[in-house]
Amino acid sequence: MRLRIVSIASLVPLAGCKGWQSALDTHGPGATSLEKLFWIFLFILTVVWILTMLGLLVALRARRDAATDPLAVDATRERTMTRTVATLVGLTAVTVLALTGFSYAYQKRLFDRTENVLTIKVTGHQWWWQVDYEDEQPNRTFTTANEIHIPVGEPVRLKLEASDVIHSFWVPSLMGKMDNIPGRQNVIELQADREGVYRGQCAEFCGWQHAHMAMLIVAKPKAEFENWKNQQIASASPPSDDAQKRGEQVFFTSPCVMCHSVRGTSAGGRVGPDLTHVGSRLTLAAGTLQNTRGNLAAWIVDPQRIKPGTNMPLMQINPQDLDLLVSYLEGLK
Amino acid sequence: MSEAYAAPDPKELRDHQIGGPELTARLAKTWGTEKGLLGALSTVDHKIIGRRYIITAFLFLFLAGLAAVAMRLQLARPESRLIGPDLYNQLFTMHGTTMMFLFAVPVMEAFAVYLVPLMVGTRNIAFPRLNAFSYYVYVFGGLMIWVAFMLNIGADVGWFAYVPLSGPEFSPGKRADIWAQMITFTEVSALAVAVEIVVTVLKQRAPGMTLDRIPLFVWSVFITSFLIIFAMPAVMIASTFLILDRLIGTHIFNPAEGGDALLWQHLFWFFGHPEVYIIFLPATGMVSAIITTFSRRRTFGYLALVLSLIATGFLSFGLWVHHMFTTGLPQLGASFFTASSMLIAIPNGIQIFCWIATLWDGRPIFRTPLLFVLGFFFIFVAGGLSGLILASVPLDTQVHDTYFVVAHFHYVLIGGAVFPLLGAVYYWYPKIVGRLLDERIGKWHFWLAFVGFNVGFFPMHITGLMGMPRRIYTYLPEMGWGNLNLLSSVGTLVFFFSFVVFLWNVVSSAKSGAVAGDNPWDAGTLEWATSSPPPPQNFDRIPVVTNREPLWAEREKLPVATGLSVENRELIVSTVTEARADIRETSPEPSIWPLLAAIATGVTFIASIFTPWAVVWGSAIVGVALIAWFWPKGAKEDEA
Amino acid sequence: MRHDPVLDVSKLPTYGFGHRSPMWWGTLGFCTLEGMGFAIAIGAYLYLSFLNPQWPLSVPPPDLIWASLLTILLIISIIPNYLTQKFGEEENLAKVRVYLVVMSVLGFVAIGIRFLEFGRLHVKWDQNAYGSLLWALLGLHTTHIITDVVDTLVLTALMFTRHGHGKRFSDVGDNAFYWNFVVLSWLPMYALLYWGPRL
Ligand code: HEA
Ligand code: HEA
Ligand code: HEC
Ligand code: CUA
Ligand SMILES: [Cu+2]
Repeated sequence: MRLRIVSIASLVPLAGCKGWQSALDTHGPGATSLEKLFWIFLFILTVVWILTMLGLLVALRARRDAATDPLAVDATRERTMTRTVATLVGLTAVTVLALTGFSYAYQKRLFDRTENVLTIKVTGHQWWWQVDYEDEQPNRTFTTANEIHIPVGEPVRLKLEASDVIHSFWVPSLMGKMDNIPGRQNVIELQADREGVYRGQCAEFCGWQHAHMAMLIVAKPKAEFENWKNQQIASASPPSDDAQKRGEQVFFTSPCVMCHSVRGTSAGGRVGPDLTHVGSRLTLAAGTLQNTRGNLAAWIVDPQRIKPGTNMPLMQINPQDLDLLVSYLEGLK
Repeated sequence: MSEAYAAPDPKELRDHQIGGPELTARLAKTWGTEKGLLGALSTVDHKIIGRRYIITAFLFLFLAGLAAVAMRLQLARPESRLIGPDLYNQLFTMHGTTMMFLFAVPVMEAFAVYLVPLMVGTRNIAFPRLNAFSYYVYVFGGLMIWVAFMLNIGADVGWFAYVPLSGPEFSPGKRADIWAQMITFTEVSALAVAVEIVVTVLKQRAPGMTLDRIPLFVWSVFITSFLIIFAMPAVMIASTFLILDRLIGTHIFNPAEGGDALLWQHLFWFFGHPEVYIIFLPATGMVSAIITTFSRRRTFGYLALVLSLIATGFLSFGLWVHHMFTTGLPQLGASFFTASSMLIAIPNGIQIFCWIATLWDGRPIFRTPLLFVLGFFFIFVAGGLSGLILASVPLDTQVHDTYFVVAHFHYVLIGGAVFPLLGAVYYWYPKIVGRLLDERIGKWHFWLAFVGFNVGFFPMHITGLMGMPRRIYTYLPEMGWGNLNLLSSVGTLVFFFSFVVFLWNVVSSAKSGAVAGDNPWDAGTLEWATSSPPPPQNFDRIPVVTNREPLWAEREKLPVATGLSVENRELIVSTVTEARADIRETSPEPSIWPLLAAIATGVTFIASIFTPWAVVWGSAIVGVALIAWFWPKGAKEDEA
Repeated sequence: MRHDPVLDVSKLPTYGFGHRSPMWWGTLGFCTLEGMGFAIAIGAYLYLSFLNPQWPLSVPPPDLIWASLLTILLIISIIPNYLTQKFGEEENLAKVRVYLVVMSVLGFVAIGIRFLEFGRLHVKWDQNAYGSLLWALLGLHTTHIITDVVDTLVLTALMFTRHGHGKRFSDVGDNAFYWNFVVLSWLPMYALLYWGPRL
């Protein structure tokens, strides 16, 4: 897929190079403390491994004395060996105790809860993420998809749910993963220390397109975030030019409305992502394509080629209508 | 020689009345398997069945390995279009399921079926017809799932088939049913073998083989059998519940009707964690056997090793939640499972240290079996230590379901089980086949496997940490995982090639390998006291055991028990702890009914996928077959 | 290697009772694994009962009548079962025949009662998770009753043919052992399924 090869690449710089989905290049307190814990474990365990291998090497040293009766055992050597092994077992016990202690200390910190924070419900669907921003005032709640904007430097609470099968929410450079399980709700908190776009990916096998179920976390300063939020709360902007107007017509006469919502219009489908502000998103189809005009058209024309098995069907749309439709959707900023 | 003993009544002929080749020949006739197809299918000889079991399990290894090679080709480059999501999902499911259920567990049981009766000095396994039955059931289960895969209805929900993905709503069609029934097949077979092993070890040990003289390999499979008995029912229940949910509309896993998705995970992992020790413990038995023989020293810390096996067995039932750390269980409860998982490093450490001590005090002989054991140390310890990273609740939230886990479990499964297993093949092949494997090819095999494995699987730790989830059929080039994956693929191709070398060695040495003789390695345990390959009766006379390493203790002549019938299949039943000879019991004759019963069982299980009523009429047929199986035939059998 | 005869086993008996016999251990092995299966299934039932705020889900507890009848029958059956085993050990063929017939009849009655209950259960297996597990547990236990009854029937038939001697008496003991397991495994299920919801 030529399209996709060029697509996401342009986003990489935004996230500060290599680490936009890595547990070793972290940008939030959760992931950073996990990284530290990881290096502690790795260091201790590497030392254990090297010592064990050295012990093995010593045991295999060359010997010149002739073979003796395999049943004859030297009592003093036996005693030395017993003592050595017992000591090593003691050391092992101490080591694992220490590791358990480290683990527990970090665990408590990791799952600390703060009060009165921005709360977002993230629902896993086969194979995209529905994102609902909660608010005290019902008219300030809104729904979007596959892209979560958060204010920098503030903890954000995520309520994780699933509508069909189990998924797992994972943005490694900000926080460890947590499963979205049907019939249950899990909660995690995460925070981004730096402005940027962080990529995450569904981590629990969920069927055909488990590989293409990514999401982006966009962290920006509080003020920008509030702007974004206000803009998202608003209903869809009405079509501004002729092409968009005709595109709207195409949209409302196609099956699209059965599955998609555009707030402020009669389109109220709940099967697919909310499209009210789809034009403002960075990617399409859960991080699969960069949101460009060409990609949008390619997706609508044949989603099954780009994401085989996806729950958006192939629809017959003539090229003219497609062009208009794309204009309309692009206008939904 | 035989003239000296005039046998008045052949029916009364006892093994002290004749000796030498005549005794061998007559016993071989009594215990032998008829020629021809019917004979082959009726056999109850644990060696013939064990050999078939081993070969079948290796065939499944090759199939599953080829599936892995296909996956590696697909993953070698980003956005590769070689294999689509549908096929890829089937491939890793078939790979994982086959490796775990049709290769790793069965191959360990297969070695036990072959070796345990020889090592404890008896003539056949306990319940030999059940043994034949369990082999056939296993083959049918494996055939079913692979034929289904060939017909493009292969299972595609992963080897632990989480609901609701595997439930009626999200996996319509027959794929998940076939997976679940395959579980039922293989569990029936594994459970049956476990009971056979337990009874063989408890009741059929040669006189004098007290508990502290049982070979470590036998201890390991004995304890493994208990793990099977306590763990496998959980997955049987789980797969039955799944089948019920899918086929007759129960709601056990359906949250909308009071069921629960996590219940499946608890049931599966309550089995699934012990499962990995079911694979690993017999391998430690193999390590003990090889280290003892090739160190030329009795095992250091025999008691400690046995106790570690038992401790590992016990602990393994308290770890299952470490596979579920990201499901949102209560934090305190979860950290209990961190502690128990860490604790298991202690018995594992004891084993490692005792083996190293044995090598240190012995005089190691670097033949191929020992090389594989050294490879085991290198790889397994690394894998065990990465297990401790996974065992930490907070760290697991980062590495769970990533390639880091894939790296961990291939390190422990291949390093901890496959390397000892390959060592075991080099070690016992001469006993089974009568010829040695080629040593030079063996060394090539080892080095290719060792290098290929590490090059292939080490990078997966890093790709996992760099954010690559498992079970994805492709990834974007910008993710930066391309080069590491390419390296993994190259390494695993080398590893694959090492198996081709191995296969070549096994095939060519069967014809032209050096003749082994009874005891080519000068080992100490009883299986080396008989010819290679052993005659149908295993031993002309049952050995009397005086030492943990009987053949090292008794170099001149072997103390034996006499007085068993030559014309009837008699063996010694002994007491549980002291192994005093107690009963002369007859062992069953060959019979075709285990095969027919297995066919009936197979038809029932498969038909039940299509109609629940199959269970009703199928049980009737199975019942008939079982009655025929247990119905005593002639006077001969009934006399006993 | 040369042999050095140090032990003569020709005088040993050719079968033994109870834990001397491998078959007894085999039966114990199967009872253990099946018991484990019961325990797991009961665990699943308890798990869902704790998870759901209301249990049994949307139905009252099951009627006591059939299950209690069955329980009484099973407990009573322990006596003839014990006698069967005892006469088996004494190798008293006539008595063994009588008691095997008694046990077969009791087994049939037990199966009959269970099927009467299935016909009258107040919840279907596809109604909700409670119904599913109730049926699953009862079904699991029923298969064990049926298995043992078939086993008893075969053994009874054997005892009335020329095979009724020697090792078969040991088999009688193992069969009785298994029936005890069937009875014992029922008692916790009875308490849990029928009295648990009434507490
Ligand atoms: C042979 C198989 C085998 C073995 C032996 C092990 C051994 C261990 N495993 Fe592993 N494991 C698997 C097979 C195995 N595992 C498989 C197949 C999976 C994945 C299933 C799936 O998801 O598909 C898995 C997954 C898995 C997980 C879940 C990960 C996840 O999904 O997120 C965890 C978490 O705790 C874990 C932990 C451990 C631990 C603590 C051990 C310990 O037993 C290791 C103990 C050994 C040592 C520690 C080394 C030797 C000791 C010393 C040299 C002494 C010195 C040591 C110290 C001082 C520390 N394993
Ligand atoms: C004992 C168990 C075992 C073994 C030995 C292996 C062996 C291998 N595994 Fe294994 N693997 C698992 C158990 C095992 N695996 C499990 C349980 C999973 C999880 C599945 C899941 O997620 O559900 C897994 C998942 C898994 C994945 C992750 C897939 C994913 O998540 O998307 C990968 C990817 O690289 C992989 C690769 C390999 C490779 C390359 C080998 C190599 O070692 C294979 C080597 C090749 C051979 C052994 C074949 C040799 C063949 C011949 C010599 C035949 C030649 C004959 C002819 C050509 C006629 N495995
Ligand atoms: C049967 C339901 C269905 C119909 C009809 C449907 N869609 Fe979709 N659509 C979906 C689903 C489900 C997704 C999410 C797919 C994924 O990411 O796997 C989706 C995704 C999309 C996306 C990407 C959204 C994002 O945020 O990534 C766009 C744009 C879109 N659809 C437009 C359309 C248009 C235009 C039509 C009509 C021509 C249409 N859809 C018809 C179900 C549908
Ligand atoms: Cu959703 Cu994987
Ligand atoms: Cu585990």
